[in-house]
Amino acid sequence: MSDFSFWIILQNLLLATRWTILLSLIAFVSGGIVGLLVLLARVSHGRVLRILSLGYIEVFQGTPLLMQLFLFFFGVALFGIEVSPWVAAWLALTLWTSAFLAEIWRGCVESIPKGQWEASESLALSYGEQMRHVILPQALRIAVAPTVGFSVQVVKGTALASIIGFVELTKAGTMLNNVTFRPFLVYTLVALIYFALCFPLSWYSKRLEGRLNVAR
Amino acid sequence: MSLVSIRDVRKSYGAQEVLKGVSLDTGRGDVVAIIGRSGSGKSTLLRCINGLETYQSGSITVDGMAVGDGKTDLRTLRRHVGMVFQQFNLFPHLTAGENIMLAPTVVVKEQKGEARAVAESLLEKVGLAGKFDAYPSQLSGGQQQRVAIARALAMRPTVLLCDEITSALDPELVNEVLKVVERLASEGMTLILVTHEMRFARDVGTKLVFMHQGRVHEEGPPKALFGQPATPELAQFIGVQP
Repeated sequence: MSDFSFWIILQNLLLATRWTILLSLIAFVSGGIVGLLVLLARVSHGRVLRILSLGYIEVFQGTPLLMQLFLFFFGVALFGIEVSPWVAAWLALTLWTSAFLAEIWRGCVESIPKGQWEASESLALSYGEQMRHVILPQALRIAVAPTVGFSVQVVKGTALASIIGFVELTKAGTMLNNVTFRPFLVYTLVALIYFALCFPLSWYSKRLEGRLNVAR
Repeated sequence: MSLVSIRDVRKSYGAQEVLKGVSLDTGRGDVVAIIGRSGSGKSTLLRCINGLETYQSGSITVDGMAVGDGKTDLRTLRRHVGMVFQQFNLFPHLTAGENIMLAPTVVVKEQKGEARAVAESLLEKVGLAGKFDAYPSQLSGGQQQRVAIARALAMRPTVLLCDEITSALDPELVNEVLKVVERLASEGMTLILVTHEMRFARDVGTKLVFMHQGRVHEEGPPKALFGQPATPELAQFIGVQP
């Protein structure tokens, strides 16, 4: 009934995996940039900035990523602006990632001992100089492991983009299943590919964590 | 006129008043040793001098600059007031030399080469020549504290505040730090130290201040106070019969 051999299925899935990887990378990088800005607002001395950034984080952490995708894809279209699945997925994942990264990094900044702030303050450094030269370099070191760990969530999060029609790994799986009617084979392969993407990341994250503990 | 002038300073944490009207004068070149039980307010007082703590009433001036009145920029003040902490607080991601060079290059905008030369000579001064590239984690407590002193000196402060700088050290490392401080005193540096080292307070200090329950309970020349404490509280604290 089907001319789709195992190898053709696998080949098509792997081709679609490129889009999963690309979307993950782009969302992670742009989410990291936005996340850094949100972090700076979150730990700043300005009350308004702190409240706004807290609200931002709560909204994106407190609603399903799927809803955020829908809002970008369908919601924006209501205003007459055509949004491609690509752009909607990119925007939603970026904002979602930035909220989580900002919160992870805030924990890292706050784990820097108070004495570091006091010592640099006593040396007449301004708040910005303290951040740039004393606090962030130390927080960055602590942040590497949980950040790499979170990248796994981003990779898995891209699967939701399939629902708004973005053809990545999950969507390709669905399409292949529709023509081959071999769901077990197709989705097992899909799962294995996701695992192959995520496992090295979480493994690397654990390794970094271990190395950091030894260094301290 | 005194270099550091503290006038009737009061501070409370909520309902608890920790400084109950403290006045203290420190002249140029003075070595003021503040002693007293923990909780007597001595560290809080020291931290008010460079604005790490705020106070509710009274006034503090350093070299004519008012501290904590909201008008003087704290950053300007802190360029003239150095501070050394009990826990060293070196920046662990920077080498000893970089710790010392940070403020001169970032705040004063000194050239790297110039700052490096100063850092090297300061390290030599505190007996750590050759440790420029060592990270804090590779240094002993005594060495770290000496780097911290050099770091404060790099800003050429007019007064140096020392907050129990030997309290976190193993006993055998205390002397190497005290020697450095003693040398600074002999060179005329103005020092205000909160300390538990009684012998040091007596031998190096030019003025002894005994704080008790948020007040200056007794002050005067160290040898006189140690020899003949006027109040039973000081007598009990230093362990002599009044």
